[in-house]
Amino acid sequence: MSIADLFNYFSYVSGLFLSLTIIVLLLVWLERKVLARIQMRMGPMRVGFHGALQPIADAIKLISKEDILPAWADKLVYWFAPIVVFVPAFLLWVTIPFGKNMVIRSLDLGLFFIVAISVLSVLGLIMAGWGSANKYAVLGGLRAAGQLMSYEIPLIMAILTIAILSQSLNLVEIVDKQSQIPNIFIQPLGLVLFFIAGLAELGRTPFDIHHAESEVVGGPFVEYSGAHWSVFFLAEYINTFTISILTVLLFLGGWHWPNIPFSGNLQTILSVFVVLIKTILVVSVIFWIRATYPRLRIDQLMSFGWKMLIPMAFINVTITACIIYYDELPLWILPILSVILLILSAVIIQRKFSKNIINTVQVISAKSLLKEKSEVDIN
Amino acid sequence: MPLGYDLNWAVIAIMGFLGLSSVLGMFLISFLIAPKRKSEIKDAPYECGILPDSYNWSQINIRYYVFAILFLLFDIEAVFLFPWALIFVKAVPIVFYEMILFIAILFFGLIYAWKKGVLEWQ
Repeated sequence: MSIADLFNYFSYVSGLFLSLTIIVLLLVWLERKVLARIQMRMGPMRVGFHGALQPIADAIKLISKEDILPAWADKLVYWFAPIVVFVPAFLLWVTIPFGKNMVIRSLDLGLFFIVAISVLSVLGLIMAGWGSANKYAVLGGLRAAGQLMSYEIPLIMAILTIAILSQSLNLVEIVDKQSQIPNIFIQPLGLVLFFIAGLAELGRTPFDIHHAESEVVGGPFVEYSGAHWSVFFLAEYINTFTISILTVLLFLGGWHWPNIPFSGNLQTILSVFVVLIKTILVVSVIFWIRATYPRLRIDQLMSFGWKMLIPMAFINVTITACIIYYDELPLWILPILSVILLILSAVIIQRKFSKNIINTVQVISAKSLLKEKSEVDIN
Repeated sequence: MPLGYDLNWAVIAIMGFLGLSSVLGMFLISFLIAPKRKSEIKDAPYECGILPDSYNWSQINIRYYVFAILFLLFDIEAVFLFPWALIFVKAVPIVFYEMILFIAILFFGLIYAWKKGVLEWQ
């Protein structure tokens, strides 16, 4: 390790920070556009070409807005909470590769590092909720703790199956193992578990109960404004991008594409584009889900996590380990078992939840019948 | 020490430093250019327009502390599982069966908690 090395890494990290900022601005614009198109609106149109400069205008507005410190707040905790959320979200990027040879530092314990660091941001949310000294914020912070805790386990287990499958925790090696078959064809169940648990970790709809606007009016972020709020916002979008790119790297084959032409530097640039295109597709699916599904209730959320995802994740880990351990079992059993388990869980969910929906519909129609009857009586 | 081990930590430290300083820089810019007009009403906690009356940290029933205990168990299990995942193919057979037994015990623990009604939202 020399000083020149450190300077090099300093410039790499600065470049990473800049590109992440640009990606966040892009994602904000994309989310508004996608949501708008799904709802038959135009979305932002005025600032720049099709509203492309809108996120920059928003950023300037947020920075120049008054940063309110509530009078009753626990000042220190309140002030530091955004930092505790943001720094882990940024630290994850040490070991996440953008493309072939495009990684700051390929750690051998990469996945373990990611799992360990990503949990830290829960602490920031609880700090924000507690420090705000607001009843909604405390409720939201505690909800965040419960939710992120519950969905951490299936996420870790889904990552673990990939570690077992590729016998490595290094993200670059994991991607290179997928040069022939992406893991999605070996582990469809793992992908579904990872994606659902990842959505819950992000706190995006349908799992956004900890900052649900109509229930806890923004949860831990109620009292925040200006620069402090924008740091939470930045962290949320960086996390969205992180989960999407992890989905791509772990399950969708990363930068592998049948026959990338060229070689050398050109190939590196092309591989970055392949990763980016795949990631943007995954991000669009996340936005699409946001536009489509209603929010879960907190008891539904907890029971879905503990009674559905965690047992499935356990079964998945055990099956994967057994098939890798016993050499005589062929690998194609794994996708078949995975698909069978997926269909099984889909049937269970469908039967359990559709029963509830039918009950609700019956209750509502019975009420409206009663109401009509009473109106007739009055008349 | 393996090659580049100290550099790994140095890079992580650089990363943390840069993340921290960028956030602090943002706060500084905001501190310099944003307006600061204090008012008693504005600094009061937001409760949908109603003035808050009681002490700010009122008593709250944390319903899922049992979930938190369960989470602790499973998370520790994950810490054991990660190193195991990388070595069980090459190690002696007992390593594999032991961990499967461990997973089974925890899984039955989960089913026990489930049957006891711990996972229900009361």
